[in-house]
Amino acid sequence: MDIWTMHMPISGVDIFWPGLLLIGFSVGCIGGFFGMGGAWMVTPGLNILGFPMAFAIGTDIAHIAGKSMISTRRHAKFGNVDYKLGVIMIVGTMIGIEMGAQVVMLLERLGKVESVVRWVYVALLALIAWLVFADYFKAVKADKAAAAGGNAEHKAGSGGINWAPTLHKIKIPPMVHFNVAGIYCSMWLPIIVSWLTGVLAGFLGIGGGLIRMPALVYFIGAPTHIAVGTDLFEVMISGLYGAFTYSLKGRIEMVAVFVMLCGAAIGAQIGTVATKYAKGYGIRILFGCAVLACLCSIILKEFKYNTIATVIVLGSISIISLVICKIMIGGAINEIREKKAGIVAPESAH
Amino acid sequence: MLKRMLTGGGLGAALSLIPTLAMAAGDKAEALIVVADTRVLTGVQLYFADLYNENMMIFAVWSVVLTTFMGVVLGALMDLIMKHTGIDLTKRSLVEH
Repeated sequence: MDIWTMHMPISGVDIFWPGLLLIGFSVGCIGGFFGMGGAWMVTPGLNILGFPMAFAIGTDIAHIAGKSMISTRRHAKFGNVDYKLGVIMIVGTMIGIEMGAQVVMLLERLGKVESVVRWVYVALLALIAWLVFADYFKAVKADKAAAAGGNAEHKAGSGGINWAPTLHKIKIPPMVHFNVAGIYCSMWLPIIVSWLTGVLAGFLGIGGGLIRMPALVYFIGAPTHIAVGTDLFEVMISGLYGAFTYSLKGRIEMVAVFVMLCGAAIGAQIGTVATKYAKGYGIRILFGCAVLACLCSIILKEFKYNTIATVIVLGSISIISLVICKIMIGGAINEIREKKAGIVAPESAH
Repeated sequence: MLKRMLTGGGLGAALSLIPTLAMAAGDKAEALIVVADTRVLTGVQLYFADLYNENMMIFAVWSVVLTTFMGVVLGALMDLIMKHTGIDLTKRSLVEH
């Protein structure tokens, strides 16, 4: 065993540890920026490193829990976590996931379900990607029209898709103020939205961050930054329980979790701090790119092009991580330069 | 009183559903029968490999405790480092939905 490999005590294999560190870093970066666990990104990476697949999911979930803890802590300091909204949504998500899982079991009894689930996943990802990009282009068009018409009252980025105001008009009691997110709506709105995203997550067998983040933005009306922070809070709670259940089943390699967490701690800081310098639409566009990469990999896997799928996932997470690093470093340099020049930044708003 | 009981009951029911939330984050896992080879291990690694072989419940508790501990310690350590970068880590300057 050389200095570049590390012995995994449970599975008994030697793993190239800088690879684990790099996976942790990239997923930390992306997860902190988009507010998701990112299990779909970790498994292909572990596979490439020769990590035993029997331990991959448990190791992945434990690492996601630790990483989300670091990101949530940082997001909370920026005021990006609406705990009240997060706790209410956990209830809806849990009930939804249970129901979604029951639907899958019912379908399993009826016949082959794997392909159906995969194609539903593809359709959903395509819908999310379409929503994100259509929203962006609509907002850009509205901005251009406002600029051409000389409308000084138009707020940049406010002309995109926004269903939340319509949903907020449904006044079924109890009505709740979510002060951090700046929303006043019926408590049933986040419960129903989280229940629906939970049903989909349970049906698809995923954590759900990929669905919940856009749902928080488009249906509940949370600002993008709050959606990211609040979603991470949910991922953290579910991840910790996941770590426990997978450990009970003997499917966890703690040494790998620790190595990945060391990388993720740095990545999560970069990803989370980068949200400070990124506009809401910037985050959403990059998120749309990540969704497209996930979509391509699933389609390729369906047709058994596993190697190309892995290359696409790893290639896209590398590119997205680099973009996030660039946003963070560029923003930080500007901020420090402005501070030295004595320019005071305006107060934040959501 | 009734409100408290309803809140408590609701919270209890919600907590009882957490397992499904966690388990949905991946393929449904069956218990794995693997025996860690302790002959080549020493120290802490030997302790945890023994625990894995003999008492999975304590091993699972340790996994959660250590993951949380690592998350908290690494988070605090990174906070300390980030403070020295000169970046304002309490507010955002960009205003956009």
